[in-house]
Amino acid sequence: MGQPFPFSAIVGQDDMKTALLIAAVDPAIGGVLIIGDRGTGKSTAVRALAGLLPEIDAVEGCPYNSDPSKPIAGARVGDDGQPRASRRIKVPVVDLPLGATEDRVVGALDLEKALTSGVKAFEPGLLARANRGFLYIDEVNLLEDHIVDLLLDVAATGENVVEREGLSVRHPARFVLVGSGNPEEGELRPQLLDRFGLAVEVATPSSIDERVEVVRRRDAYERDPDAFAARWADEDLRLGDRVSAARDLCHSIDVPDAVLIRAAEICGALGTDGLRGELTLMRAARVAAALDGRDTVTLDDLRAIAPAALRHRLRRDPLDETGSGARIERALAETYKS
Amino acid sequence: MSRSGRESDQWRDAKLAAALFAIAPFDTRGVVLKALPGPARDAWLDDLARLTGGPEASRRIPLSITHERLIGGLDLAATLSSGRAVFESGILEALNGRIGVLAMAERLESWRAATIAHAMDRCAVVIEREGMSAVRPTRFGLIAIDESCEDGDGVAPSLLDRLAFHVDLTGIPLRTVKQANNPPADVGDARALYRHVDHAEDILMAMAQAAAAFGVHSTRALILALAVARAHAALSGRTQLEEEDAVIAGRLVLGPRATSIPDTAPQPDERSEDNADGDAIQPEEPCDPGHDADDRDDTGPDDDARLEDLTELIVAAVDAAVPVDLDGTKRLVSRRSTGPGGGAGAKTASRHRGRPIGVRPGTPAGGARLAIVDTLRAAAPWQRVRQPSEGGEGSPRRIAVRREDLRIKRFADRTESETIFVVDASGSSAMNRLAEAKGAVEYLLADCYVRRDQVALIAMRGRRADLVLPPTRSLSRAKRLLAGLPGGGGTPMASGIEAALALADAARRRGRQPVIVLLTDGAANVARDGTGGRSRAKADALTAAKYVRANGIDAILIDTAPRASAFSAELAGAMDAAYHALPRLDAKAVQTIVRTGARPMPR
Repeated sequence: MGQPFPFSAIVGQDDMKTALLIAAVDPAIGGVLIIGDRGTGKSTAVRALAGLLPEIDAVEGCPYNSDPSKPIAGARVGDDGQPRASRRIKVPVVDLPLGATEDRVVGALDLEKALTSGVKAFEPGLLARANRGFLYIDEVNLLEDHIVDLLLDVAATGENVVEREGLSVRHPARFVLVGSGNPEEGELRPQLLDRFGLAVEVATPSSIDERVEVVRRRDAYERDPDAFAARWADEDLRLGDRVSAARDLCHSIDVPDAVLIRAAEICGALGTDGLRGELTLMRAARVAAALDGRDTVTLDDLRAIAPAALRHRLRRDPLDETGSGARIERALAETYKS
Repeated sequence: MSRSGRESDQWRDAKLAAALFAIAPFDTRGVVLKALPGPARDAWLDDLARLTGGPEASRRIPLSITHERLIGGLDLAATLSSGRAVFESGILEALNGRIGVLAMAERLESWRAATIAHAMDRCAVVIEREGMSAVRPTRFGLIAIDESCEDGDGVAPSLLDRLAFHVDLTGIPLRTVKQANNPPADVGDARALYRHVDHAEDILMAMAQAAAAFGVHSTRALILALAVARAHAALSGRTQLEEEDAVIAGRLVLGPRATSIPDTAPQPDERSEDNADGDAIQPEEPCDPGHDADDRDDTGPDDDARLEDLTELIVAAVDAAVPVDLDGTKRLVSRRSTGPGGGAGAKTASRHRGRPIGVRPGTPAGGARLAIVDTLRAAAPWQRVRQPSEGGEGSPRRIAVRREDLRIKRFADRTESETIFVVDASGSSAMNRLAEAKGAVEYLLADCYVRRDQVALIAMRGRRADLVLPPTRSLSRAKRLLAGLPGGGGTPMASGIEAALALADAARRRGRQPVIVLLTDGAANVARDGTGGRSRAKADALTAAKYVRANGIDAILIDTAPRASAFSAELAGAMDAAYHALPRLDAKAVQTIVRTGARPMPR
């Protein structure tokens, strides 16, 4: 596919970049929904993320990218009976393209093997390939309903269960779901919206200087992708290191009571449904602190990440004129007044 | 300028666009050609063919092309004869290095447009279907021919945005075409030169400022304009960008995309910095070029002045290129872009396929399509049992397929509906009616993700009916377009019903089921032609209503008068509409009525 556009070279779009980094540090947060108009660099960012993340250890040739320290049954030993080596691979970022059919998404009978040697073998699909990585769906609104149902199921359990064509297979499918969408194409189901941990809005850059810079960089990249990537390699490397460090740090970070209480207050003020919003808010704030190299979460961390964590969880009142952004601002202003 | 002068210019620009596209087809991406069949269009397409290397270099993309043919899929014959899944590439891959031509592009459905757009962005087709997994590189240009007549139809925004040139050939007479028919320049040299054209900072800045001045906010547009400027430099035999190139780019790329006109030349001190709030949906104010230019502290005063001049030149060119209606008003691109395009050319309802929803066991009778790979997969495990010793090694394998193995593709049966509200926006209770109608629209849209239904709203006020909300599924678009809906004036009932009829017709052509919902207090007082007069207004309204009935379109009439109006009942009868009286109009009630269907109730 060629050299991806470097993550650090993306102009502006800080909300989106932060959300993607957070999702990369703690996949349990649950993926990112990127909402916005055409041509705002959504797919560029996700592909760039792949180039940025530190490599992982995986069993050689394993279609599920399994971890050598906890391999999937049978994955550790190759066809020749010898234990398989482990090697480092880039974090997988798998595209779910338009027109994908169910058999390629969940996996199906390996037709070739069945017909030539009469062997019943499972041919893993995209969900297998995305395990321990990212699954990217461009234009979530256009995705067919039955595929959406499949994804919801798998994303909830972290496991792909295949019962078809005489096969009975189960394999881990833990991935960060990243979807992009254009609100002009229609609404998303609440169940699908809920699946995403964070939701960010992107817009074309508003200052002329920023727009010109976007064009300048795009142009330079297209003329010589390798040279362009080399220019940004150091910065990408540093960002990758920050992500690794944050991963190690984030589970031991202290969340003071004041922050816990404030999180509850914010969610209360907004009337978000259920506890998932609150949990996401806290997790994301913790990761934000970790990415910053700190060992305590502050109220500011909470405030900064609240819009991304909550904007898609607000109870819909169609008659309310104010957009979700404004409602969150209002709630934050109120709870932070004291 | 004289009419014929304008037409000559229009034609000249159209031919220039063809040449520039031919020089850099993959960077400029393509042309949206708004043209009905005719001599101008033929001449333009012929020129293009000559410039791009003849018929070999292009391929037609059929409007109702299937997933498989577009992206790639099973080679049926080869698969069945060899017993293995054999794939053939789709048209997107076949277009690699070529130019795709798409006629009636305004009817291209969303997902097809999106698939083509993605392939353009990625410079590859990503295939994940029916056992095949591949990424096949492809770079192509696209000519999308827009043959729509009415305003409001148009090529899908995802393609409009990506194709640099928007060429309009409407109204160009034969004599202009014949006059200006000198053979097009050979672009071979220009093509070679294109790669070597240098970057120029000041040109880029000036174009960015001009774009902002005209409310063209997409970065993509800027990138395309740059490519066009370069192509023009190459065409003129230069590797340095100059003013002229920027001016042409402004004219060809930015002009047709203008969403606003700057009032006067911007003054550096007056306007404040643009306030970014990151919300893509709100219209943005034009940035102030003068102010931004002053912020760049690495340019000296002379550079500033030069930049100003260059910007003004481009601005003037863009201004001249903004399309103009017959009455002289500028036609700006509104954010009221069209919804998903029309269905397949065939008008028969049976050809329309709903969305694919998976595969199930069944026989391909009654038009159902066989899912080959899934069928093979179902049959595969049984081969050993069914034909234990089939030939020796190397003989072609036959697959014994039984009836129970057959799998067919399922499509959504339920036709999606389109609810067309016609709201009386006149009189004292107008605001209330409008507000409740708006509320009902939003309620319907808020849960329409399940049904994928669309909603539209026509407001009757003053002399005519206004299509305030074109058919959409998007709640955010509805909110935006319905915000601050004004009322007042008379009730042009007949016009309202006719406008609804037009929408209903269009909806049917796209395979959707229309329902007209009329909210009124029965006080029609403006006739079809816009003149006042109660009796004529009512007569005209009744006539229009009869058309609704004659066309068999489902309708609901909601009477909002404080006491049930006799005329409303009469109108409902003429339309064969379900009549509901809601003197205390409320959005939720309207939503319930619409949801529970439009069977005419016994009165």
